[in-house]
Amino acid sequence: MWEQIRSNRMRSAVLVAGMGVLLLLLGYVLGMFFFDNSIAGMVVALVIWAIMNLVAYAQGDSILLGVAGAHKITRDDHPRLYNIVEEMKIASGLERMPDVYIIDDPALNAFATGRSAEKASVAVTSGLLQRLNRDELQGVIAHEISHIKNRDVLLMSLAGVILGTVVIISWYASRMMFFSGMARGGKRSSDSGGGGGQVIILAIGLVLMILAPIAAHLLYYAISRRREYLADASGALYTRYPEGLASALEKIAGSTVQLKAANQATAPMYTINPFRSGGRAAADLTSTHPPTSERIRILRAMAGGGMADYEQAYRQVRGKGSIIPASALAEAGAVAMRAASPETKPVEETSERIERYRETSDLMWRKSNYRDVTCDCGTILRVPPTYRQTQVRCPHCGRINRV
Amino acid sequence: MIAGIVIAVVVVILVIIFIAIYNSLVRGRNQVKNAWAQIDVQLKRRYDLIPNLVETVRGYMKHERETLEAVTRARNAAQQMSSAGAGERARAEGELSGALARLLLVVERYPDLKANQNFLALQEELTSTENKISFSRQYYNDSVLKYNNQTQMFPSNIVANISGFKAGEFFEVKDAGERLAPKVNFT
Repeated sequence: MWEQIRSNRMRSAVLVAGMGVLLLLLGYVLGMFFFDNSIAGMVVALVIWAIMNLVAYAQGDSILLGVAGAHKITRDDHPRLYNIVEEMKIASGLERMPDVYIIDDPALNAFATGRSAEKASVAVTSGLLQRLNRDELQGVIAHEISHIKNRDVLLMSLAGVILGTVVIISWYASRMMFFSGMARGGKRSSDSGGGGGQVIILAIGLVLMILAPIAAHLLYYAISRRREYLADASGALYTRYPEGLASALEKIAGSTVQLKAANQATAPMYTINPFRSGGRAAADLTSTHPPTSERIRILRAMAGGGMADYEQAYRQVRGKGSIIPASALAEAGAVAMRAASPETKPVEETSERIERYRETSDLMWRKSNYRDVTCDCGTILRVPPTYRQTQVRCPHCGRINRV
Repeated sequence: MIAGIVIAVVVVILVIIFIAIYNSLVRGRNQVKNAWAQIDVQLKRRYDLIPNLVETVRGYMKHERETLEAVTRARNAAQQMSSAGAGERARAEGELSGALARLLLVVERYPDLKANQNFLALQEELTSTENKISFSRQYYNDSVLKYNNQTQMFPSNIVANISGFKAGEFFEVKDAGERLAPKVNFT
């Protein structure tokens, strides 16, 4: 299973390299058109790419987590979540415990960030904590830890930067071509006397400007969807319980609440595409995530907990193709699945849900600096941080309590 | 002259390959050691949790003296084995897991206990520690499998034999059935 990471990295590196070649090609043709020098065009493209990289690097995880409105938690804040992340850290052999964040949002989602396994974070929404039981939460966290372990965050930000560069260059070049390019192109053709060559370059340039952003998008989405399947497969391997993630995905897909803090740039990092429109199978080429129903079907079709079982289920559901690299399949032995945790009995589901809801809202109050005062009548008073008085009256029984 | 250069180049290439394999064997062995340390941490954590649990539960479960004693006994036995090899230790820990699972099943019959905050916190800790033990065992066994493959497969087995890399021992719970479905005596 460790072999798998290396060979995945190879395959994704090829796709990213493909995007890079696309960028250079664009620079080459546009350089020929605008500067009469293809090398200069490629250099300009690379310089723009380098600047975009610096911007992306400067806006690290802290910005991403800040945008999402995440609070960092400790073990005492939410022992269950913290324990589950620690369990998955152990199962995946990650060396350092990732930071754990909670986003105060009723939508159901989770994401992982961090350029390296040494400096990674996992964030989940409060809605997710309320709705999922232990096994389901474990499945989601396993998926996120797989993204960290498989170096997906770094890969996706690399691919994202190239995509952005291709889009920006094409956009500006097309404007420049329409406003000034025609006149200059004409002048140059009379200088060199090669009018026919200029027309061909103009045509190639136009076609490339239109096609390059589309091709870059398709490559980006191909990488992203592939990583989702792989994170599902490794997640199932870590937990040895694919049903946990399958059932979590079902709950998440059934929820109609949209995540407030997501934007197009952060979308590939979430467990499930935050922009999916309800019910529609987003099976087209321009989705960052595979259709959820398909992911669930694959997970449920698994006969065991290993990579080979995922591969077999993938073929069975999709009818074609292959997702797990052969080297990973050769290495892995048979992997048994484990049974459900004893607490996931359907009878207890309702009271457990109330308990989880209470636990999560308590945590969110505390994280917003509210204080708890327990009155003698059993009522818990939540005192806002802006409350300055030393005493508070219980609205239930009228007793005066000290803050 | 040319033959000398060819021989020198071949020797240099062989030495480089040897070094690469040696380093990868060392990496594998360290990973196994590290994974073993992870299991150890979690097993120790469980030893520490059990006296707490027994203390909390005792007041509520007057009629379960035997179950509680079995847990304490299994814990002490497992702790004594903590310097033994992976195989023997796994057996003792497997028995402890079985005894604990029986205790947690019996708990279902005591609603008062299930309302006790202290107990609920302990139960989460214990559940998670059990999970961490099995996940660290999973990781350890995967690491051992990979390392053993390396020490036994050609050509790395040659390097392993020369440099004295020995195959690792798996950490397996022998009686897996006991762990999954503990027998409860409803009397």
